[in-house]
Amino acid sequence: MSEPSGLRLDGVSRRYEGSGRGVESLSLDVRPGELLALIGASGSGKTTTLRMIAGYEAPDAGRIALVGATGTERDITREKPQRRGFGMVFQHYALFPHMSVQENVAFGLEARRMPKAERLAQAAEALASVGLAGYATRSVQVLSGGEQQRVALARALVIEPNVLLLDEPLSNLDPTLRQATRDELREMLHRLHITVVFVTHDQEDAFAVADRVAMLCAGRLEQVGTPEDLYQAPASAVVARFVGRGALVPAHAEGDAAVVTIGAVQQRGPLGSAPDARGRAQLAVLRPESLTVVDAADAESWRGIVHTRRFAGDHYVYRVGDIAGTDDMLEVRCEHGRHAEGDAVGVRLRSRPIALVAAAGAP
Amino acid sequence: MKKRFTGLTIAVLALLVWSVVYPNATVVVGSFAHGLSDWRAFFASPADHEALKNTIIISVASVVASMAIGIPLAFLLTRFEFRGRRMMSAFATLPAALPPLVGVIAFLFLYGESGVVTRAVQHVLGLSHAPWTFTGVWAIVFVHAYTMYVYVFLFVSAGLERYDSSLDEAASGLGASRTFRLRRVTLPLLTPSIVGSMLLVFMSALGSFSAPFIFGGGIRVLSTQILVSKLNGSMGLAYVETSMLALTAVVGLLLMRRVERRRDYAMSGKGRTTRTAVHSRGWRIAAPVIAAVAVVFLILPHAMVVLVSFARDGAWTTQVLPPKYTLDNFRHLATDPDLWQPIANSVSMAAIATSANVVFGLLAAYLLVLTRAPGRKLLGLLVALPWAIPATAIALGLAATFDRNSIVTARMLLVGTFWILPLAYFIRNIPIVTNAIEGSLRQMDPTIEDAARGLGASWWLAMRRVVLPAARPGLVAGAMLASVAAVGEFVASIVLYTHSNRPISMEILSQLRGLSFGTAAAYSVLLITVVLAITMGARWAESRMA
Repeated sequence: MSEPSGLRLDGVSRRYEGSGRGVESLSLDVRPGELLALIGASGSGKTTTLRMIAGYEAPDAGRIALVGATGTERDITREKPQRRGFGMVFQHYALFPHMSVQENVAFGLEARRMPKAERLAQAAEALASVGLAGYATRSVQVLSGGEQQRVALARALVIEPNVLLLDEPLSNLDPTLRQATRDELREMLHRLHITVVFVTHDQEDAFAVADRVAMLCAGRLEQVGTPEDLYQAPASAVVARFVGRGALVPAHAEGDAAVVTIGAVQQRGPLGSAPDARGRAQLAVLRPESLTVVDAADAESWRGIVHTRRFAGDHYVYRVGDIAGTDDMLEVRCEHGRHAEGDAVGVRLRSRPIALVAAAGAP
Repeated sequence: MKKRFTGLTIAVLALLVWSVVYPNATVVVGSFAHGLSDWRAFFASPADHEALKNTIIISVASVVASMAIGIPLAFLLTRFEFRGRRMMSAFATLPAALPPLVGVIAFLFLYGESGVVTRAVQHVLGLSHAPWTFTGVWAIVFVHAYTMYVYVFLFVSAGLERYDSSLDEAASGLGASRTFRLRRVTLPLLTPSIVGSMLLVFMSALGSFSAPFIFGGGIRVLSTQILVSKLNGSMGLAYVETSMLALTAVVGLLLMRRVERRRDYAMSGKGRTTRTAVHSRGWRIAAPVIAAVAVVFLILPHAMVVLVSFARDGAWTTQVLPPKYTLDNFRHLATDPDLWQPIANSVSMAAIATSANVVFGLLAAYLLVLTRAPGRKLLGLLVALPWAIPATAIALGLAATFDRNSIVTARMLLVGTFWILPLAYFIRNIPIVTNAIEGSLRQMDPTIEDAARGLGASWWLAMRRVVLPAARPGLVAGAMLASVAAVGEFVASIVLYTHSNRPISMEILSQLRGLSFGTAAAYSVLLITVVLAITMGARWAESRMA
C-alpha cells in the first residue's frame, strides 16, 4: 500500500454574505496517516472546512494542498472534487436510492470505467471488510442506519482514496450503536493507515476516534492538539467549555500555584497550564475530578447544598449549588456517597493541576 | 374510529357511474350498434388511418418537444444563478395562463400566414411569399410545445427542489464526471417527475382539439375527425373513433404508470438545493440575453392578443402590424347584447359547474381520506377517469346518452338545453377539484376529527369546524383551477353548445371565421381578464385564510 498523503490548509477563508458564518483565514496541517477531528458548535465553520477540502466549495482566499510522503505539495485549491480522489461519507450517507448495495459501492469504480466483473468483485471485498458480506444485492432503502453508514464507508474506501472525509459519521446512530461504532471505526481506520478528517459536534466522538482534534469557533481555529491537550490545557474559555465538563470560575496564578476565588473563600492548587497574556482576568477550569466533597464544617471550603447526586458505577457525581459568590453549580466526582441530596456540604480542590484560561471578551 | 358511510358512498359512486361511466359505455356500445361494420369502416378508411397516425405522431412529438424545452429550463432555473433568472422564472409558467383557444389564436396572429412574425421575416428578407405556412403536424407540435412544456418544467422543477444535492456531491467525489453523474444518478432519480409530466403532456396532446382544428390545414387527427363524423351524421363511425381515442389514452396511461411505479424512491436527508453562480465570462454575458429573448417569446402571444384587440377590423391587410387602432371592439362588447350574451353564459355555467365540483369533491375526498368506506378503491379510480378520457370523447358520450327522457335507462333530455354544458364542465373538472381537496385532507392529522368527536362534537360540527377548515386550501385551489378551465372551455363546448348557451370560446371562433380579428381578440382579452380575476380572487381568499 502506498504511503498516505497529508493536507495543508494555508490561510483559507470562505465567507457567506449576510450570514456572518464561514471560515476566516484558517491554517491547519493534517499529517499523513493521522485521524484528525474537526469539532465545534453548529455554525462554527467545521462543515464548510470539510466541504472546501472535498472541493464542494471553493475558498475565497487561501490555499489547500495535498502533501506527499516526501514533502512535495500539490495545490488542489481549485481542483474539481472528481479529480481529487478523496473518499467522503456524508452526514445522511447520500446513498443512491435507485441502486443496490453493491452498485452503490462499485459506483466510484464504474466512474473509473473498470470492467463490470472486476468492480463487482472489488465491491464485494469492500463490503466484506465492513462486515456486510451477503448484502450485495439488497436495496439500500431497506438498510438500518448502521448498515447504511457502513455501505457509505465501503463506497468511499473502495476507490482507495488519498484522504477520507467523514461528515458527522456517528450522528445518525442510536446511542448504544454509537459507542460500539466509535471503537470499530478507530480500529478500522488505523488498520487502513489512511489520512482521515472527520467533522463532529460531539466531543466524545472526537476523543474516541481521533489522534488530534482541531476546534473551530465562529470560523476561526481555537486550538489543535491531542485530546489530552484540549482537555488539560485548553487554549481558551470556549475550548474549556466545549470539551469536557466543569465550571469556569475567577482565578489567578501565583508562582506555580493557581489561586481560585469563589465569594470570600480562596483555595490554592497546583498550576497546570496558563495563558501567556498576564494582567488579564483569568478563569480556572474546575473539572469534576479536580474537586472533592467535604464536611460542611470545613471553613476553607466552598459551602453549598447538594442538588443532585448520581451513582455512576465506581463513583458518585454531586452537583453542589447555592454557593456564596456564584450562580454556577459545581460538579464534583467523588468516591463516596455519604452525603444525601439536600445536605449542606463543602467543596475543596484536590491536588491536581488546574488549567487557567483568559476570561472571554477582548481577544 | 373511522366509520363506513355506506349510504353516502353509494350515492357518490352512483353519480360517478351515471355521469362518467354510463356515457362512455354508451359510446362503446354504440360503436357496435351495426355489428362490426363501423369498426370495419374505420380500419378500411384511409382518412381514419391518417387521423390515428397523426394523433400518435403529434402526441409523441409533443412529449419530446416539451421535454427538450422543459427539462433543461428546469435545471437552468433551479441549479444556476444568473442575471435575469428571477424574471425568467416569473414568466416561465405564463403559457399555462392562456385559455386553450386563445393561445392558438395568438399563434395564428404571430406565426400564421399573415402573422406579425411571418410578415416581418418576409419584409426583412424581401420575399414575395410568406417564408412558411404555419399548418400541419409541425405547426400543431409547435403550439403544443409552447403550452405544454410548462407541465414538464413544473414537475421537474419540483423534483429538483426535493432532490438531495449531496447525492450529486457524493457522485462527483467518487470520480463521476458531469455527464456520467447526470446519466447514472440525477436523471434516474428524477424519473418519477419526468414520467409524470410526460404522461400529462401525452394525454393533453392526444385530446388536444384547438390546435389541430385551427392549424390542421387539412390534416386529420382523431379528436377533430370525431366532430367531422358527427356533423356528417355518421354516428357509428364517430363512436368508433371516440372509442379508439379513449383506448389510446388508457393504454398510454397504463404504460407510463407502470414505468413510474417501478421507480419511486424516498429521498433521504434534506433536499438542499444551492444555485451555483454562472462563472464563465461568455455565459455571464449570454445568460441574460438568452433569458430576455425567452421572456419575449413567452410574452409575445399575450401581447399580440392585446394588440389585435385594439386593431380596427378590416384595416389590417398586408402590413406587418395592424395600422389603425380603436376602442370600438371593446365598445361593441359592452353595448351589443348579442355579444355580451356569451360572456354571461360562460360565467354562469362555470359558476354552476364549479359549485357542483366543490360540493362533490369535498364529499368524495372526505370518503377517500377520512373514512373506511367500502369501495374506496373504485371511487378513486372513477374520480380519476375523466382525466384520462379526452374531452371530445366525454362530450360525445354525453351527446349520445342524454338525448332523450327515459326513466328506465336513467336518461334525461339535456342535449340542446342549457344544462348539457355545465354538466360537461363538471365532469371534466371532477379529478382536479377532488385531488386538490384530497391533498389538503391528507395533510390533516386524522385523529383530530376523532378528538373533536371525542370532545362531544356532533358529526356535523366536526365537519364544519375541523374537516372543512383543513380542506379549505385545496378547496380554494381546486375551485380556482376548475372555474378557470370552465370559463374558457372549448373542446367539449364545440360538440355540445347551442346558440342560446354558446360560451365565450365559441363566440371567439365565430368572430374568427367572420374575419373579425379585433372582436375575437377583444373577447380573448376579456377572457384572460376573467381568468386573472379568478386567480387573484383565489390568492386573496388564500391570504385571508392564513
